[in-house]
Amino acid sequence: MTFTAPVLEYALLAPMLIVLAGALVGVLIEAFVRSSARATAQLFVAVATIVIAFAQLVRVRNQGSTTAAMSAVTFDGAGLLLQGTILIISLISLFLIADQDNFTAAAAAVPGSLEEREAHQARVRTTEVFPLTLFAVAGMLLFPLASDLITLFVALEMLSLPLYLMAGLSRYRRLASQEAALKYFLLGAFSSAFFLFGAAFLYGYSSSVTFAGIQAAVTGGAGNDVFLLIGIAFVSVGLLFKVGAFPFHAWSPDVYQGSPTPVTAFMAAATKVAAFGAILRIFYVAFANAEWQWRPTLVVIAIATMVFGSVVAIAQKDVKRMLAYSSIAHAGFLLAGVIALSKSGLEASIFYLLAYGIATVGGFAIVTLVRDAAGEVTDLNRWSGLGKRSPIVAGTFAFFLLAFAGIPLTSGFIGKFAIFSAAYQSGSLAILIAGVLSSAVAAFFYIRVIVLMFFKDPVEDGASVVIPSALTTTAIAVSAAVTVVLGVFPAPVINFIQTTAIFLR
Amino acid sequence: MSSLVILGLLPLLGALLVGVLPSDNVLRIKQAALASTLLTAIFGIYIATQFVASDTALQFTQKNQWIPSFAINFSVGVDGLALVLIVMSVVLTPIVLLAGWNESEGGRWSAKVFYILILVLETMMIGVFAATDVFLFYVIFEAMLIPVYFLIGGYGSGERAAAAVKFLLYSLFGGLLMLASIIGIYVVSSNAGYASFDITELSSLHTVMSSTTQNLLFLGFFIAFAIKAPLWPLHTWLPDAAKAGTPGTSVLLLGVLDKVGTFGMIRFCISIFPDASKTFTPMIIVLSVISIIYGAFLAIRARDLKRLIAYTSISHFGFITMGIFAMTTQGHSGATLYMFNHGFSTAALFIVGGWMIARRGSSTIADFGGLQRVTPVMAWMFFIAGMSSLALPGLSSFVSEFLVLVGTYTRYPVAAIIATVGIVLAALYILIPVQRTLHGPTTPGNENLPDLNLREKIAIAPVVAVIVVFGFYPSPLLNIINPASAHVIESAGFTDPAPTENAGK
Repeated sequence: MTFTAPVLEYALLAPMLIVLAGALVGVLIEAFVRSSARATAQLFVAVATIVIAFAQLVRVRNQGSTTAAMSAVTFDGAGLLLQGTILIISLISLFLIADQDNFTAAAAAVPGSLEEREAHQARVRTTEVFPLTLFAVAGMLLFPLASDLITLFVALEMLSLPLYLMAGLSRYRRLASQEAALKYFLLGAFSSAFFLFGAAFLYGYSSSVTFAGIQAAVTGGAGNDVFLLIGIAFVSVGLLFKVGAFPFHAWSPDVYQGSPTPVTAFMAAATKVAAFGAILRIFYVAFANAEWQWRPTLVVIAIATMVFGSVVAIAQKDVKRMLAYSSIAHAGFLLAGVIALSKSGLEASIFYLLAYGIATVGGFAIVTLVRDAAGEVTDLNRWSGLGKRSPIVAGTFAFFLLAFAGIPLTSGFIGKFAIFSAAYQSGSLAILIAGVLSSAVAAFFYIRVIVLMFFKDPVEDGASVVIPSALTTTAIAVSAAVTVVLGVFPAPVINFIQTTAIFLR
Repeated sequence: MSSLVILGLLPLLGALLVGVLPSDNVLRIKQAALASTLLTAIFGIYIATQFVASDTALQFTQKNQWIPSFAINFSVGVDGLALVLIVMSVVLTPIVLLAGWNESEGGRWSAKVFYILILVLETMMIGVFAATDVFLFYVIFEAMLIPVYFLIGGYGSGERAAAAVKFLLYSLFGGLLMLASIIGIYVVSSNAGYASFDITELSSLHTVMSSTTQNLLFLGFFIAFAIKAPLWPLHTWLPDAAKAGTPGTSVLLLGVLDKVGTFGMIRFCISIFPDASKTFTPMIIVLSVISIIYGAFLAIRARDLKRLIAYTSISHFGFITMGIFAMTTQGHSGATLYMFNHGFSTAALFIVGGWMIARRGSSTIADFGGLQRVTPVMAWMFFIAGMSSLALPGLSSFVSEFLVLVGTYTRYPVAAIIATVGIVLAALYILIPVQRTLHGPTTPGNENLPDLNLREKIAIAPVVAVIVVFGFYPSPLLNIINPASAHVIESAGFTDPAPTENAGK
């Protein structure tokens, strides 16, 4: 047997390689730059990495659809759009992560220990978070492009492992943060096992791990259908876990609440784009011709996710938990785009991911600003009357909430319209009705927060708003601006997505 | 640029002007707001004089692409129906501002915010009636909830926050059902090969829809509109909102915004889904009759002046809906004229009632008494407003109520006969409070109430003038309305029942 050296298309792979290189530079900075200069250097490297990667992405955008790295990844319009979205969201999230007040000084120390206190007093800063973020971004960039099950699994682990660590870095409420990290890790590992199990069955069914091979086997119809069903089911469990779809959502409220808020923002927005990118590709490419096997189940899951997320969110008293359940509901809306299984469904999903991701980062950015002496205040009762003290911050948050609720003139509305019309166009009347009704329920809890901020008087131990850093202000301003523009003049973006978004099959 | 667009932009420019004025100079802000609404009113009346009544096509049209991928256009235009409602809106707004000169003070936020909200709302009121693109209509329909929500919750009295939320949730729920129908229209029309939101193009859509689809889509629209122009049993938000809002807000809410519901029934329900309208007509007529009678009984029992006015409106909306769904030219003309007249008579009731409440410091009817002796001018104004509400012959509302009943009788005699009971009840619900508040001995504490000042007299004069002048001479309005009504009935495929020989014998 002779060994063939793999051919690598470096120009196309460059965005991912650049991010990985940036992460490695970050590790070297940890080792060699003196601690006082580390934060600045890390931030600079991380931002520069993302920007350069994005520039490279723009440069190769017209290469046409092709596979690369021995068919391990597919470059096509949809993949590039998803990568671009991930990079944009990561950049805005980095601005939030740069505010080091959210991160503990000594992540490895026992909470409340002497060691931790000393680290705080010495003003040690957790700059490791920057390379960790970049590693996660690299995994996310690979995830929606992966076109065989092995690469998909590698990308899944690559994006998850740094996130498990980042979840445990919160400066305040250390125990909750560590619990979040552990919970995320254990359940994540569990879901990875499901994924691998399913992948094995798919290999048994089709004798191939590539999406193209599975697609060919499904079309040929020669394999054992039981293997296919088990394979689809277990692979889906692994992927649906990452997006927090019901009934695989249990980790998300705790993890969202316990993680440092900038990490929550990054996780909620960027992970969702990457994971839905991968789900879209595997269902649109590998499983497309087996739609009768998976579609009915996925319809049920989508409806259950929408309804569950919206209904349970009503009872939340913590803003981060509320946003977590709202993101579960949005995962349900996004699944409607997967179920559509059409070009318009793909376009709508990509638009929705962009709109939702950016509004999510903006929303969490505002959560980082509402504090008291003991850190962030996430108890909603203590948010009451916020509009009186800080009308601009409260008003912007209200605007993001209206975008989540899908009120016209925000990006959320256009996204909702696009995704539900795609779902209905392919015959899912049930999805349309469930989506509309759960949107009505969801509107209730978003509006409840607006009422709390604007129509209630401040409570005694109410939260106050800190003056945001320049970077956080930029993040919020950019998110708000994008949310308005995508709501009022979405035509250029929609046109661009329409002409670009295709999956190479 | 169409003069309609200019008309819509005028209040928005006013809002910008108010926005740049210093917020401590409240008088200047009020003057600027009043001036811009006056200018809008004058320009609106000018446009009405340029309208060619005999032409049933849409006039002052303009069409720009907005989101071409979804066939969404920014397109506006008016027929007689829309024109009458726009004129009503632009005339009422300056009256509301002048009448409630001090309403903006003592709210949760500054006077500046109040006037910005009102002016933005006026732009949306013009836009919602002028929109000839279903999607554009929907966007404005939903977006205009936000200023009203803040006007009630921020400047109202009593349980204002709860009332504002109730209003918003009811409307959002209806709006989301309508969104489902709009998505349905998009999907059905694009499956038929001409994706469109244009109301003229959509009027032929019913030929390609199955009756089930048509019925479902109709219901989505109808329920939204029946919440807006509250029909029993969807009316419960209205009394709360009307009581909590400032008198000015309530005038705009009941006088203008609720008309969007009845307007929508004609413009969208009947024009796009004529077959489904026919199917549901008996049910809707029944609901209308229940609203007429039930609203009247609620009004008779009302102890609170503002709730009383809200209940009378529920009864009146029953008349309007009945006139619309009688599907006769007379019924339609009567309903349209009713919308216009109801705007002014409700405005008169709320404005004068608001003055009475402000002077007495209470809105309970029992707290008034003998006002005729103390404040004769105010008492006479309230009397005229009340007579207009019970449709006294010689006042404008008589003409419309008569037309509605005649138009309904030719097709649904039983409904028309039961509805006439509503007229008797109207006499009760108006004359009882008139007697209690204006006549009899002066209630202790009311002896020194001041009568209307010059500003208030100037504000109420045009309202009374409209009520009286169009009562004796309604033909300028009917000349505009009749061709439009006939056109709607005809293009929806209905014919007026021929008068029979036996009639009247």
